[in-house]
Amino acid sequence: MAHEFLRLEKIHKSFAGVHALRGVDFSIQQGEIHCLVGENGSGKSTLIKIISGVLHPDSGRILVEGRAVASLGSAATMASGIQVIYQDLSLFPNLTVAENIAIAEVKERGRALVNWKEIRDIARAAMARIQVDLDLEVEVGELPIGKQQLVAICRALTSELKLLILDEPTSSLPKPDIDHLLAVVRDLQAHGIAVLFVSHKLNEVFEVAERITVLRDGERVATLPPGELDDDRLVGLMTGRTLSRTPFAFRDTAAPIVLEVRGLSKPNNFEDISFQLRAGEIVALIGLIGSGRTELALALFGISPAARGEIRVEGNPVPVRSVQEAVAAGIAYVPENRLVQGLVMKHSVEENLTAPVLDKLLGRLGLVDPVRKAALAREWIQTLGIKVADPAVPVQTLSGGNQQRVVIAKWLAADPRILILDGPTVGVDVMAKGAIHQYVRDLAARGMAVLLITDEIPEAVVNANRILIMRAGRIRREIDTVGLQVEEVQQLVEART
Amino acid sequence: MSPRPVPAHPGRGVLPDLLRHNETYLAVLIVVLCAAITLANPAFLTYENITGFLKSYAMLGIMAVGALFVLVLSGSPDVSFTAIAQVVEYAVVVAAMRLGGNIFLALLFAAVLGMALGLVNGAIVHWFRVPTIIVTIATFNIYFGMLYVVTHGKLINSVPTLFRTFGNALILSRVSRIGATYGLSLMTLVWLVTAALGWFILARTSLGRSVFAIGGNEVAAERVGVAMLRTRLFVFGLVGFLSGVAAVVHVSIVQSVVPNIIVGKELDVIAAVVLGGASVFGGKGTILGSVLGVLLFAILNNGLTLLNFSSYWYNVTIGVVITVAITISAVQQLRRQRARVHVNVEP
Repeated sequence: MAHEFLRLEKIHKSFAGVHALRGVDFSIQQGEIHCLVGENGSGKSTLIKIISGVLHPDSGRILVEGRAVASLGSAATMASGIQVIYQDLSLFPNLTVAENIAIAEVKERGRALVNWKEIRDIARAAMARIQVDLDLEVEVGELPIGKQQLVAICRALTSELKLLILDEPTSSLPKPDIDHLLAVVRDLQAHGIAVLFVSHKLNEVFEVAERITVLRDGERVATLPPGELDDDRLVGLMTGRTLSRTPFAFRDTAAPIVLEVRGLSKPNNFEDISFQLRAGEIVALIGLIGSGRTELALALFGISPAARGEIRVEGNPVPVRSVQEAVAAGIAYVPENRLVQGLVMKHSVEENLTAPVLDKLLGRLGLVDPVRKAALAREWIQTLGIKVADPAVPVQTLSGGNQQRVVIAKWLAADPRILILDGPTVGVDVMAKGAIHQYVRDLAARGMAVLLITDEIPEAVVNANRILIMRAGRIRREIDTVGLQVEEVQQLVEART
Repeated sequence: MSPRPVPAHPGRGVLPDLLRHNETYLAVLIVVLCAAITLANPAFLTYENITGFLKSYAMLGIMAVGALFVLVLSGSPDVSFTAIAQVVEYAVVVAAMRLGGNIFLALLFAAVLGMALGLVNGAIVHWFRVPTIIVTIATFNIYFGMLYVVTHGKLINSVPTLFRTFGNALILSRVSRIGATYGLSLMTLVWLVTAALGWFILARTSLGRSVFAIGGNEVAAERVGVAMLRTRLFVFGLVGFLSGVAAVVHVSIVQSVVPNIIVGKELDVIAAVVLGGASVFGGKGTILGSVLGVLLFAILNNGLTLLNFSSYWYNVTIGVVITVAITISAVQQLRRQRARVHVNVEP
């Protein structure tokens, strides 16, 4: 058994009477990969700040390598080999890779003059430790985010590193970069360096973590190996609730047909597409990338119109040659990633909710009427069940699921009859995923017809009543989801014909 | 453990490297402009003419070095340095008239007084977290206003000879046919020495790299242990110091004190520095760029005079040049961003 590097006992911390941490026990072994999870407001960041010495606990003991320390000041933290890489990476976009890596070490050495060779040597040595090879002379601002992260890790390695804390490291990374990052983390582990992931996006981290600690409302609710956790259990621990996983059932089979597509074609994209959507239905459209599913959605929304065929909304043929015509016909389209990127995080909930419809809120002088704006925001907060004490708080303080509701609300401003969701849960954590699914069901229950485009077959099977499978530009199968197994769909999607 | 290759940065070479730099475009523009003016009036490309405008733009050149430091540090310009120079100019001349002394004492006095006024800016920016431009608009008004309160705007028509001697000092002098002496002015040399020192500080000292670090990412700079207060005080102190030096250079050239003649030039200086590639978002800029920027203004002014355009055309031309230059760098920025997005999309 490895030695314990860091131990926190009965840590309490309050801010202005709010208990952020209530007697948290926490430990990290030498060379351990540990993951800390919890919803916003669970106390994760407070705990990190105490470990990194930014905050001091009100009470409790901190032991580093078995020795009790009064509290970890920033300098003491660095001296004991603890480094934090924050989500923003703390890099200098205007400086080169070499200077970014070496800057802390050069400051440490207290040089008055710059020795560029020394800087490059420090940078090369750090890169060599985790076997990455970046051009030292490139400005960091020109690197993609994944490589910037490596630069940040290299900088941490210039000091005597024993524990590296990565705050939400994977939230903005594409998949290949995540894999690379995890490989680097395993390298660090091989050097005896412990890594603490702070995350709410767990799928990737599950692969490497040895233990997972879950915080809820300032208390540690569990520390478990990943093998004992699955998505449902994790959500339960994080929220104290269990999410319903009952399959979506569509009962009103006599509901009016809201959208009917007949023989829609666009050469080289899709051929002879015909299907119907009834009010209150959720129909999943699945297929591999290149199957034509996104192209079809773009055609339905008028972004790249179809060449032939007919689109009928509530029985009437509508020309959909532009986005304006699609919106006028009652079609809304929420593109992939919009759910993640569609918010101005620092702005208030109210600002975010009302931004798309400000022109409808003008008062007599042509200025935005603050009273109507606030009223509209309150109305939406209520109907959508967004949990927020005050509409004036920044969106970034909301939990993931509530953030997603705010985004969807923005897109529903035009009051559509037909909602096309392209990859609504891509890059979303398990919590928010459940909330989005529930919300989509609520919309359907209110009579909206939903076309759900997804890569995740389980998502389609559980949340839709029908599935359209596209392959090579055509709809190959249409299946009812009742009693359907995920594996059957998988085979249909990947079949070659 | 297997090595994980990360592709090196593509497409680097001497020419692409040059094309990425504002200084290259500026230098080309200056050469083209010089050629055009010379074609229209050969008197432009003479030793006498060139040393002439290099002398009269020495003050702006010295100020541009300070303005560059502030832009790199905060991305927000200092606009008070002309007011500082105006105050220092008056004070140093009055002091010299009453106490005598020599040019070295005058320079020392001017630099220290200027530095003190600059440090006030730095202290406010640091402790009250107010953007530089707001702080310096305030101090501009205080300094310039106090100057008028104290002096009632009285002109000083005759300044002590020590300034005249300093201002007239030449290096590599020649005598023209009509008997006038001309040559490279000591004022120009002060500008060049200032620029060289500025380059050394920015590129070769830890302090200079701290200026870039703060300009690039203030929060990160604090986290990696950059001395924020020291660096900020240094930069604003330096701006004041250089304003003091520039004031002595100015009064030595014009040999009179008009208490509102320097204020108003701050926008020219800032524009020249931005033209030289300094970013208005902070963290970027070079001494060479600021020298070239001032040079371009000097040549434009001189060229228009030689071509008998009214001085109003100078303003119009400067405006057009700034607009074009800023458009070009914005387009470059956009292109770079697009290129980056493309990289991100690749699997």
